[in-house]
Amino acid sequence: MSAGWPQRPTKCFSAADVSSKTARAIYGADVDTLDRQILNRLQDGFPIVEHPFAAVAAELGVDESTLIERVRQLREDGTLTRFGPLYHAERLGGGLTLAAMEIAPDDFERVNEQVNAFPEVAHNYARDHRLNMWFVLATESPQRIDEVISDIEQVTGYRVYNMPKQQEFFVGLKFEV
Amino acid sequence: MNLTGWHTVDATDRAIILATQEGLPIDPQPYHRVAEAVGIAPAEVMARMQRMLDDGVIRRIGAVPNHYRLGYRGNGMSVWNVPDERVVEIGRRLGALDFVSHCYQRPRHPPEWPYNLFIMVHGPDRATVEEKMERIAAMLGDDDRGHEILYSSRILKKTGLRLV
Repeated sequence: MSAGWPQRPTKCFSAADVSSKTARAIYGADVDTLDRQILNRLQDGFPIVEHPFAAVAAELGVDESTLIERVRQLREDGTLTRFGPLYHAERLGGGLTLAAMEIAPDDFERVNEQVNAFPEVAHNYARDHRLNMWFVLATESPQRIDEVISDIEQVTGYRVYNMPKQQEFFVGLKFEV
Repeated sequence: MNLTGWHTVDATDRAIILATQEGLPIDPQPYHRVAEAVGIAPAEVMARMQRMLDDGVIRRIGAVPNHYRLGYRGNGMSVWNVPDERVVEIGRRLGALDFVSHCYQRPRHPPEWPYNLFIMVHGPDRATVEEKMERIAAMLGDDDRGHEILYSSRILKKTGLRLV
C-alpha cells in the first residue's frame, strides 16, 4: 500500500451506534444546565433545514435566539472548538497520515520549527516517548504524502516514521456533560 | 478527484467545503449565509451538504467540545502489538468500548516500532486512563504482545486540516 492512499475502511458501526456511544459525564465546569443540554444535543448532529437553530431550539424547549446566543458564547469562550461539518479527508481525495520522529532533545526546537513550517503539517504534538514528535500530514493528493515526508527528512536530517491508517474500526465519541 | 469510486466532489462541492471548513455561520439561516458566500441557491447548498453527509464525505455536522474544558484531562494515545490475523476482530471489540474515541490499524516499523493498533483512551485523569489500559490488556490476554501509552506533553501546532 502506498502511504496515505485512501483505503476502504472497515465500517463496523452505523451512525446510530456512533451517536448512542457516550462517555460518562465527569465534570460540569462552568456550564449550566441549558449549556449542557446544548452541548449534548449538538454533538449528535445539526439538521440541514432552512432554520436549523429553530428546529433544535424547539426540541430543547427554548427560543431560537437564546440557542443562537448560547452557541455563539460557547464557541467564543472555547468550550466548543468547532461548530459545523466535519469532513472526511480521505474521501475528498486528499492524502492524510500520522507520522512520528525521534529527535535528540538538543535539536528539538530547531526541528520543531522546520517541521511546522510545512503547510501540510496540520497538528503536531510532543509526546513522552523515544518517538517524541507526532504530527498529522494533510495533502492535496495521496501521492504528495511521500514527497512531503522525504522533504521533511532532508530538511531536518531525521527519519520520519510514516504510519498511515490502514483500517478504521471506530471514530467518534460523545463527551456527555 | 475521485480515487475510491465512492463519491464525486465537484467544484461547487469544493466551494461549499471551503466556505464551511472553519465552521458554519452561527446565524438563524446558516445554509443561506453559505449560499451567499458560494453564489448558489440555499436549496442547492442544503441538497449538496445532505448528499455529502449521506456519502460520508461529511462525517457529521455538529459541535466539537474542547474535551479538556469538559474535564477529560487524561487523554492518551495507546499503542498495541496484536496478531495481524486477529486485528480486525480485536479492533472492532476495543472500538466499541465507551472510553475509546479512535481505533485504527497502522503499520509497524520493526524493530523500533512493533505496534499495529492505535487506540485513543480518555478519562478525567491519567490514573483512570491507566486503569482502562489494564482493562484492555486483560481483555486481550495472550493477544497483547506489548503495549505502551503516549501522553502528549505539548501542542506544537494546531491549525486544523486544510482539506481543499
